[in-house]
Amino acid sequence: MKSKSLIIFTAILLLISFLAYVAVYGLNVGKYEVLPVKNLIRLGLDLRGGATVLLQAKDNPNDPINDEKISRAIATIRERIDALGVTEPIIAKVGKDRIEVQLPEIQDPQRALELIGQTAQLEFIEEETQQVILTGNDIKKAQAEYAPSSDGLGQAPVVAFELSPEGAKKFAEATERNLNKIIGIYLDKKPISLPKVQSVIPNGKGVITGSATMEEAGDLATLIRAGALPVEMETLSVTAVGPQLGANSFERSIAAGQIGVLLVLLFMLFYYRLPGLVSDIALLLYIIIVLTVLALLKATLTLPGIAGIILSIGMAVDANVIIFERIREELRLGKTLRASVDSGFRRAFLTIFDSNITTLIAAVVLFYFGTGPIKGFAITLSVGILLSMFTAIVVTKYLLRLLIEGTRMKSLKLFGL
Amino acid sequence: MKVFDFMKRRNLWFGISISFILIGLLFIVIKGVNLGIDFTGGTTIQANIGKAFEISEVRGITDKFDKEAIVTYAGQNRDIALVKTKIALNVNQQTEVINEFRDKFAIQQTNIQFETIGPTIGSELTRQALLALLLANVGILVYVSFRFEWRFGVAAIIALIHDVLIMLAVYSVAQIAINASFIAAILTIVGYSINDTIVIFDRIRENRRRVKKVDHTALVNQSVSETLSRSINTALTTLLTILALYILGVPAIKDFALPLIVGIVAGTYSSIFVASPLWAILDQKLKRAH
Repeated sequence: MKSKSLIIFTAILLLISFLAYVAVYGLNVGKYEVLPVKNLIRLGLDLRGGATVLLQAKDNPNDPINDEKISRAIATIRERIDALGVTEPIIAKVGKDRIEVQLPEIQDPQRALELIGQTAQLEFIEEETQQVILTGNDIKKAQAEYAPSSDGLGQAPVVAFELSPEGAKKFAEATERNLNKIIGIYLDKKPISLPKVQSVIPNGKGVITGSATMEEAGDLATLIRAGALPVEMETLSVTAVGPQLGANSFERSIAAGQIGVLLVLLFMLFYYRLPGLVSDIALLLYIIIVLTVLALLKATLTLPGIAGIILSIGMAVDANVIIFERIREELRLGKTLRASVDSGFRRAFLTIFDSNITTLIAAVVLFYFGTGPIKGFAITLSVGILLSMFTAIVVTKYLLRLLIEGTRMKSLKLFGL
Repeated sequence: MKVFDFMKRRNLWFGISISFILIGLLFIVIKGVNLGIDFTGGTTIQANIGKAFEISEVRGITDKFDKEAIVTYAGQNRDIALVKTKIALNVNQQTEVINEFRDKFAIQQTNIQFETIGPTIGSELTRQALLALLLANVGILVYVSFRFEWRFGVAAIIALIHDVLIMLAVYSVAQIAINASFIAAILTIVGYSINDTIVIFDRIRENRRRVKKVDHTALVNQSVSETLSRSINTALTTLLTILALYILGVPAIKDFALPLIVGIVAGTYSSIFVASPLWAILDQKLKRAH
């Protein structure tokens, strides 16, 4: 009985150490590979860098917003972003008339923001009559390329376009009518190029000059290809975190967390002695489980999320503090060690249950009302509360009993009395 | 175990709390609450410059857009610039600011973070925050009334409101900007402080069963004393982790850790000195009325 308990205790200790090792460094056995938990958890844009934009469709009484328009706007924005080559962008409808765009790890968020927010209504306008001849819808193809510049000395970036058959017909008529006159090309009512018609263009092909760089021409071509947004969008909020800065936040928070956890482990060990050691083991197991569960839930870890985990560690210890204080009280009443431990756990259970449920109520409300990173905090806090009840009550109790049985402990010194 | 007489000086405990709250309210009336850009709208720019710089150099860039922008140092080596404007910069202005930072301090765009919030979001946030606070409190009141008695629930809720008011008081006296993270911190503290209070109430409930005639003063003194080392140890362990975050963390985490620190102190105080004496008074008065 005595040696058996000790063997089980040692085995559990080894198992937890092994799990901790795998969680930190990963495992590679033959063709099976387990990645470190750090690589399995999806990081929020505040930690990996990236941009988040919230857009709101402007309501127009004559032309109200509907689901179909928002869907079309999302498709258009997606096409614009795809041209930038962003990995895994998320473009989602929020509420009735909002669109949230998330661009992970984007290096140049400004360029993306300019692309996303524009309505991009392209118009060809006859200068003489101010009549719109063509719109972006008439364009079949558009791409950036180099063309001989107007001074004939070099090359300039332009957007070459090709019109639909119907557009080509309209364009042919218009160029004939406006020979040696100006047909302006406007994007959202702003002129981008005001060329003079030099010859009749019958084949529907042409170029738009006026781009300063190839990148600018490329973006204009993207906007033309993707088409105009069906509604005007207003930017409500923008958050952009440089990837290096995000990585820095991540490292600093993890380092702060490690120090905090270390202090808690030491405190428990010195104040509660043997039970403290047991609760430290349970706490390490708790941290491993929380990280694994977050990875399994595919939850996104944000900066406040890390704070949530670290806070939950402080609170996870609370259950053990309640139990150990209770055990001490029972011991002071003169009960045996075994009896004190048992009744300590039994009496503390309801207390822990009631107090944790009330905390959970607050966390759930926070999840429901919070947005973005705050939601991440509520998730880690809720998961933490539920899991800590398991490790702090079940695991600690089991380990403590194994130790007491294994060593036939009678002395109360190790219990800090 | 030593039994402390918490009930004897209860008016002093209440007095301390009330004066703190009154001072806070006074500041709110006179100076107002310093609402951050999450509520007012505006732009926050964080640039990890990575070397020593002068605030005036940064001002040189930001004054063009908002003369009232707040520019501060951040980071342990004071090598991070934090800019807060109350005017929400548009995309072009942001690009300009970032380009100027890049040119002036020779840093990569990957070391710059900015956040722009339009004013619409602010009013929504306020509404959501108030609703969340209300719902959390109602949920807790219902649960506590169901598991204990409604008198415990009422005392617990008053203690929670106390904590929120103390946090607001500290923030209004120190004129620290209140942002979305403050709201999250308040709700976290509501969760933390109720946890603390419930542990003590649980002990009162248990001790009350053992006696025939309830002596409120003795009961509260006994129960609070029995759970005192737990209250202190839990506050300590939680504070240890949050302090580590506050001291070593990045600005965004500091914004969140600071109100938590204030809240944990207020929450621990209210659980020990406010909630239980309040319950005793409520319970006594209502019993006598029967």
